[in-house]
Amino acid sequence: MTERTLTRADLAEAVYEQVGLSRNESSDLVEQTLDEIMNALISGDHVKLSSFGSFAIREKGERIGRNPKTGVEVPISPRKVLVFRASHVLKDRIAKGK
Amino acid sequence: MTKSELIQKLAERNPHLFLRDIEKIVDTIFEEITSALVKGDRVELRGFGAFSVKSRDARTGRNPRTGETVKVDAKRLPFFKTGKGLRERLNGGHDDSQSDEDDFYDKDSA
Repeated sequence: MTERTLTRADLAEAVYEQVGLSRNESSDLVEQTLDEIMNALISGDHVKLSSFGSFAIREKGERIGRNPKTGVEVPISPRKVLVFRASHVLKDRIAKGK
Repeated sequence: MTKSELIQKLAERNPHLFLRDIEKIVDTIFEEITSALVKGDRVELRGFGAFSVKSRDARTGRNPRTGETVKVDAKRLPFFKTGKGLRERLNGGHDDSQSDEDDFYDKDSA
């Protein structure tokens, strides 16, 4: 089986086919959807999409890392990372897969 | 934010659309992503992130409490990797992590 890569364009096409908006508006709505999710995450909210999964922000404190090439120790600044947890529905569907 | 709050936000931005259409849009997007992953495909949304499926081979595990060996079946698991744009925005616009590009070059998915 060849592996494909789905992009925004495919999502817009699906919206176009399923909902019957224009192609332009379909692609705009895909963008807006991602945008609203990102805005919520940036404002510190987590995003829970039932039967798909949830996105949450995890705050990482400062730690000492090492440049693997040179061995030089460098501080890694505190940062926020996004974690995705797939819902059971999604995990089950993927596990059953083919 | 829940799915219904997301739908609400989109409804506010698109007063010309029926709420049921917005629900359908959101459902379609996540159903598309899900069915791609079920097929083993990747989903790359630049600036947001990438979803992929990784395979884990069957292995022999051990119950740490009893020491008993157990067979662990092969499995396929969904993964998400945050895109560069979003990672930067989460950290106030700059990203000093060492990983560069928009992440999608490490094709370590199965």
